[in-house]
Amino acid sequence: MSSTSPAASAAASGNTPETGTARVKRGMAEQLKGGVIMDVVTPEEAKIAEDAGAVAVMALERVPADIRKDGGVARMSDPDMIDGIIGAVSIPVMAKSRIGHFVEAQLLQALGVDYIDESEVLTPADEVNHSDKWAFTTPFVCGATNLGEALRRISEGAAMIRSKGEAGTGNVVEAVRHMRQIKAEIGRLKSLDNHELYAAAKELRAPYELVREVAELGKLPVVLFSAGGVATPADAALMRQLGAEGVFVGSGIFKSGDPAKRAAAIVKATTFYDDPKVIADASRALGEAMVGINCDTLPESERYASRGW
Amino acid sequence: MNDTQRPLIGVLALQGDVREHFAALAGAGAEPRTVRRPEELAEVDGLVIPGGESTTISKLAVAFGLLEPLRERVRAGMPVYGSCAGMIMLADKILDPRSGQETVGGIDMIVRRNAFGRQNESFEAAVDMADVEGGPVEGVFIRAPWVESTGAEVRVLARHDGHPVAVRQGRLLATSFHPELTGDHRVHEAFVAMVRGTADR
Repeated sequence: MSSTSPAASAAASGNTPETGTARVKRGMAEQLKGGVIMDVVTPEEAKIAEDAGAVAVMALERVPADIRKDGGVARMSDPDMIDGIIGAVSIPVMAKSRIGHFVEAQLLQALGVDYIDESEVLTPADEVNHSDKWAFTTPFVCGATNLGEALRRISEGAAMIRSKGEAGTGNVVEAVRHMRQIKAEIGRLKSLDNHELYAAAKELRAPYELVREVAELGKLPVVLFSAGGVATPADAALMRQLGAEGVFVGSGIFKSGDPAKRAAAIVKATTFYDDPKVIADASRALGEAMVGINCDTLPESERYASRGW
Repeated sequence: MNDTQRPLIGVLALQGDVREHFAALAGAGAEPRTVRRPEELAEVDGLVIPGGESTTISKLAVAFGLLEPLRERVRAGMPVYGSCAGMIMLADKILDPRSGQETVGGIDMIVRRNAFGRQNESFEAAVDMADVEGGPVEGVFIRAPWVESTGAEVRVLARHDGHPVAVRQGRLLATSFHPELTGDHRVHEAFVAMVRGTADR
């Protein structure tokens, strides 16, 4: 931490630094591109992730696989645990709040985390409303299963989007479904003329201005990562080839046989996602992958991706 | 040297905001090219090391055998521009390196990582930068480093809050902030001019 705040320097120079701007929030996510963000539950795991080349860590109390196993209400992590992880690494630290639980988000901002994940992996606190993310200095990442959902989150202030996938399963099928859905809907918008974009906005249940922006850019106006079910280097490379700008890996690393080695391998495969030879080399001798769950055997009540709207 | 008027400039594409530098270089009159392998590095006239996570970029550069080729080309006089993490990679010394964090080096300076604070302290401010005409540039500082101290050969081009945030030594240029996020290509134009200048010598 700097001893002089930007506010103090503003008075001195007559040049007013601004914190928490959309450019600073979205720009932070741009710096994470091409990287892997890893779920960790202890400072020791955070150090393993940093040493393996993670661009950031997600501090949480239990990885999604354990949340599934243990059941009960999943909440924001213990502040002491988050402090411990912030103190252990120099890379950015993210943490999760429940959907709509803006007070948990306020606490995470006060704790100084670098990004807040308003996450369906935790038990939702509000079944109608997500948090107003414009009200925060700390940027937010949110999950989405389709383009309309992504744009609703961006309109609420999300500065980064991740496809949801199905966290804690070690099964990449839902991540693929959501990424393909988002990319296909973006592709369709690009083919529409100006008259058709109004009806498209209505169908997507998303603000017209954002719909038009996506049609013009041919991409989301914020960084798009993939999450939920990535367990191998090939999974990470698959998501990147499908259009993800980076990946979140949750249970896949620390529920595997050799976390340090698997973490480093997934980092390499994420950078050289289009080079099968590098990915094959990175995939050797990694030990056991996490066991995984077949998503079609999951009852509706245990599907995290259907939380949030 | 490839086409002198439109030099081939690489963007180190191991991790970070590669696409933004790519667009800025194209807007500044260069032919951008991604660089992930030693043979790709050998082809370019100059290189940008983008913003990103410096520990990640450093580890990947070591793992894929790029660090020594990068050092050799810097010693041989290839122009390089680094923003944020790229500035850290160009520093001869990091004040608080993580274990095993290597830099390419080349600029005789010590940098302090995340010196301006964590993400909540990240900010935008106007920056007056020497060698860049037409008024201040928009400085976007994201968990930004600053330069703690510099050697005699290093010119400080800009300061914020008293700390050097843009420096040049010979053909190496570094900024704490991210001009690639602003759509203003003047810093990249200054770098492209440096690359064109190498051809004249």
